[in-house]
Amino acid sequence: MNWRSIWAIYQFEMARTFRTIAQSVLSPVISTVLYFVVFGSAIGSRIDAVDGISYGAFIVPGLIMLTLLQQSVSNASFGIYFPKFIGTMYELLSAPMSFIEIVMGYVGAAATKAVMIALIILATSALFVDLRIEHPFWMLAFLLLTALSFSLLGFIIGIWAKSFEQLQLIPLLVITPLVFLGGAFYSASMLPPFWEVVTKFNPVLYLVSGFRWSFFGVADVPVGISLFAVTGFLLLCLGFIWWIFRTGWRLRE
Amino acid sequence: MPPIISVSNLNKSYASGTVALDDVSLDIEQGEILALLGPNGAGKTTLISTICGLVTPTSGTVTVGGHDIATEFRAARSLIGLVPQEITIEPFETVLNTAKFSRGLFGKKRDDAYLEKVLRSLSLWDKKDSRNMELSGGMKRRVLIAKALSHNPRVLFLDEPTAGVDVGLRREMWELVKELRAEGVTIILTTHYIEEAEMMADRIGVINKGRLLLVEEKDKLMKQLGRKHLKMELQSPITTLPDSLADYALTLADDGGTLIYDYDTQAERTGITRLIADLAAAGISVRDLDSQQSSLEEVFMTLLEGEVA
Repeated sequence: MNWRSIWAIYQFEMARTFRTIAQSVLSPVISTVLYFVVFGSAIGSRIDAVDGISYGAFIVPGLIMLTLLQQSVSNASFGIYFPKFIGTMYELLSAPMSFIEIVMGYVGAAATKAVMIALIILATSALFVDLRIEHPFWMLAFLLLTALSFSLLGFIIGIWAKSFEQLQLIPLLVITPLVFLGGAFYSASMLPPFWEVVTKFNPVLYLVSGFRWSFFGVADVPVGISLFAVTGFLLLCLGFIWWIFRTGWRLRE
Repeated sequence: MPPIISVSNLNKSYASGTVALDDVSLDIEQGEILALLGPNGAGKTTLISTICGLVTPTSGTVTVGGHDIATEFRAARSLIGLVPQEITIEPFETVLNTAKFSRGLFGKKRDDAYLEKVLRSLSLWDKKDSRNMELSGGMKRRVLIAKALSHNPRVLFLDEPTAGVDVGLRREMWELVKELRAEGVTIILTTHYIEEAEMMADRIGVINKGRLLLVEEKDKLMKQLGRKHLKMELQSPITTLPDSLADYALTLADDGGTLIYDYDTQAERTGITRLIADLAAAGISVRDLDSQQSSLEEVFMTLLEGEVA
């Protein structure tokens, strides 16, 4: 394993994050605060406790997941799309690195940034609501697994995209709706029976549910299934990336 | 000494059917400067890109320092520095960090003293903390070279290094290439400036339509294919050539004040002695003589024309 090369990419990507620290950290924090003001205080005060948890606290895991998914996908997709866009991809492809090392560098940095922001949001929410975390180990495990698998997805999107528009397409059209419909702001049990079944087909439900379980010990789906789902998604993305580098799809002529 | 790069029977066809490389075989010796000459789209960049791992060949093998580029790609690639044709650098990073990144990417230990030396040799040290986007075009190109040199490569590929570069910088680059060669770095450059190949190369390879037409030592190549011009300045101008001189490849220039004789240096006889005797017999006296080697450009055109024929 060529650790120096991986470290070089990781450091370079993290430097980009810190160069734009204000927009990297500030904007997700501000939007989270807005969610709290609107959903937590204004509307939330009129909503009963869900599963015995005050609505303001109930939405915290969902909000963190929303940001985590968006950040993971957009960081990783931008990270690998940018060298393609400015033409420095040649250097990565001619470096003595294997595909897995390139992925580790970019995905590692994207996931780190996403987890960092998720933790900042967690700290911010602690200022607004009374939080308890029943299973801190599992909370971190879900954070890391989700950040990694969606950074891998972002990496794939970055390789696939041929323009900045395409880069934005999947986060906007797929990720955000799936999170909103995946029980970020409600419990699946609050839905009419038909929609409760439909929601079960939404992969993000399993993430939000598992993550919420690590906070409050209550879940829409058994936590084992959540863990199984996120691990399966991770492997699926890894398999696809392995195929990309094997065939040189959109990379090598 | 075994060749540092050995290319055998390399082929590359694109899905569109375009044949970019057609059975190219080539050995590059350690420490030499090889210029790959050819018109646009001849396959120069494809050849370089294949050796560097950017293009997957359809068939054939390449070794760098004895390491196969497919099975031992780490060992092979770590010997290579590539300076691409287009200026492509991270716009928001500083010059020094860009070079550091490249060194790290190639798995080399951090070495600030070495990077300082590289940046100084490229007159970039003063700009080390400037962001790449703030640099002039010529300086950006030097940053590309600094990146390629950042990991002490044994082989340096320069793809059209002086395309669109002003005369001053071009001279500086030539100097740099010579210095690198003196340090034992093997240099392969592609160019369509024949002057450049003529100035710098030890050997010249000519590529056209994906085929390597020839690889030859520069001096030998010019001798082999070179023709010479003998310029004869006449005592008094003439208006027409006497019939007795009709068999010679002569042209009149300077309003009849100069006669130019074209001859092949490789021919058994150049015909100069006979020509001078015949000139004297025709009553034409010569004031001065000057012979010129034909340029590589003519050599090159002759080769390409041979291709078409």
